[in-house]
Amino acid sequence: MAISEALGYCDLPQLLTLQTGDEKHDWSALSTLDVLWVLYDRVLEPDDRFLLSKGHGPTAYYAVLAAKGLIPVETLPTFGAFDSPLGNHPDRMLVPGVEISSGSLGHGLPIAVGIALAGRRVFCLVGDGELDEGSNWEAVQYAGRVGLGRLIAVVVDNFTSTYHWPGGVERRFELEGWTAVRIDGADHDALEHAFAAATGDRPHVVVAEVQR
Amino acid sequence: MSTMRKRFYTVAGRAVESDSRTALVLADIGVAELPHHPRVFNLGIREQLTIGVAAGLALEGLRPIVHSYTPFLVERPYEQIKLDLGHQDLGAVLVSTGASYDSARSGRTHQAPEDVAALGALPGWTIHVPGHPDEVERMLRAALGGDDRVYIRLSEETNASAVDGDGLVVVRRGSDAAPLVVAVGPALDETVAATRELDATVAYLATVRPFDRAGLRTALRGTDVALVEPYLAGTSSAEVAAALVDRPHRLLALGVPNAEFRRYGSPAEHRAAHGLDAAGIRASLDAWLNSYTRVDRVPTLPPYPLRA
Repeated sequence: MAISEALGYCDLPQLLTLQTGDEKHDWSALSTLDVLWVLYDRVLEPDDRFLLSKGHGPTAYYAVLAAKGLIPVETLPTFGAFDSPLGNHPDRMLVPGVEISSGSLGHGLPIAVGIALAGRRVFCLVGDGELDEGSNWEAVQYAGRVGLGRLIAVVVDNFTSTYHWPGGVERRFELEGWTAVRIDGADHDALEHAFAAATGDRPHVVVAEVQR
Repeated sequence: MSTMRKRFYTVAGRAVESDSRTALVLADIGVAELPHHPRVFNLGIREQLTIGVAAGLALEGLRPIVHSYTPFLVERPYEQIKLDLGHQDLGAVLVSTGASYDSARSGRTHQAPEDVAALGALPGWTIHVPGHPDEVERMLRAALGGDDRVYIRLSEETNASAVDGDGLVVVRRGSDAAPLVVAVGPALDETVAATRELDATVAYLATVRPFDRAGLRTALRGTDVALVEPYLAGTSSAEVAAALVDRPHRLLALGVPNAEFRRYGSPAEHRAAHGLDAAGIRASLDAWLNSYTRVDRVPTLPPYPLRA
């Protein structure tokens, strides 16, 4: 994963406005923007992998990839067009830098477990609503029981899970043997420190709380 | 004689120990028969996870083998197979045990005669239906050398001897006007017995996707084709139609009926009930060859109470 220093955080709003046609997912996109920026700007190392499991509202993802020089800025206005590589759900075969195709919820964490088992550090972004999908919990349970320390999840918690997570979703992770921390998802320093809190001998989850 | 399943465990176990690219992903099934090894991952009874993990391993350059009972390998994680492997364009080798009615005593929950049709509906899969342990070994070794998506369907039913060769293999030649009877995998021995006194060309097929359309065209000299598939009837009918799109023909598709078959018992009893033993195959062929009307393949069963 080659990360260059092309554009900055302040450029992201402009990059977002270049992409039109998925306004119903604007909130979904905006909820992930700060987490994505901190990951790509401060956290990810060249040998790491990042999986965007919550593929809904990927305009923030594309904006960050463009800001970091992984996709051309000129591609952004083609968003959603027939011959564009950028659609409402990312396709790894079409977009350089996208590690997995996503859109159907509950697939990223299981794939991340496989990557971690192969020996690589991997980050996976899921949504609190996405965690309604049972397939996530097969991955959470197994990773916790075997102490898969190379796996780091980040839950963007914008309180969209229909029946909520009483007591906080991090409790479910902790019960399965993960380390967990909840922080303000708009606080970049807090995000960076939360990712750095991973111990390496247990899977770690950062719950990034995002308010509307 | 070794069973297909035992041969699979032997070959897969050796592969994971000798080839640093091979990994095994399990869901409690087969754990005792396979070596303890850093690349043998038993995930517990988490079948959706098996496919996602296989995809992650494949992303890292490994060659994962995923193994479980057919319904829990193919049907339960079907969306994972479609997206985590197919849509990501990643390869894996899926090896099932418990074909169609092998687990007759376990009832419908442990039977999946739809497996080949279900996987055949997804692009890019090579589907093997071996009829003998030697064929299992040959197919598995070839699959481990590739990067594509391969399904190997093990069965407790086994032919007396293996058939060499890829694609459609003619094992007995009839007259030019004789029907071509294509037996798939473990259906060969019953098919050969059924056609012993018939003027028929008998061919064998153990790799059903991609379907050997060219081989079928070459083998067929008349107009009549009969398929004997030990899983959902008609699974390969569209392949035959595509192969013969420019040639007048008629097709009899034998297999497991698409029905809720609420019976236990033995595999032999199920085989007979579905008309897939030698007598049943012969009866269907006779009716078809002597008539140009539709042959109804739904088996006739005595009534039984659904509820007391």
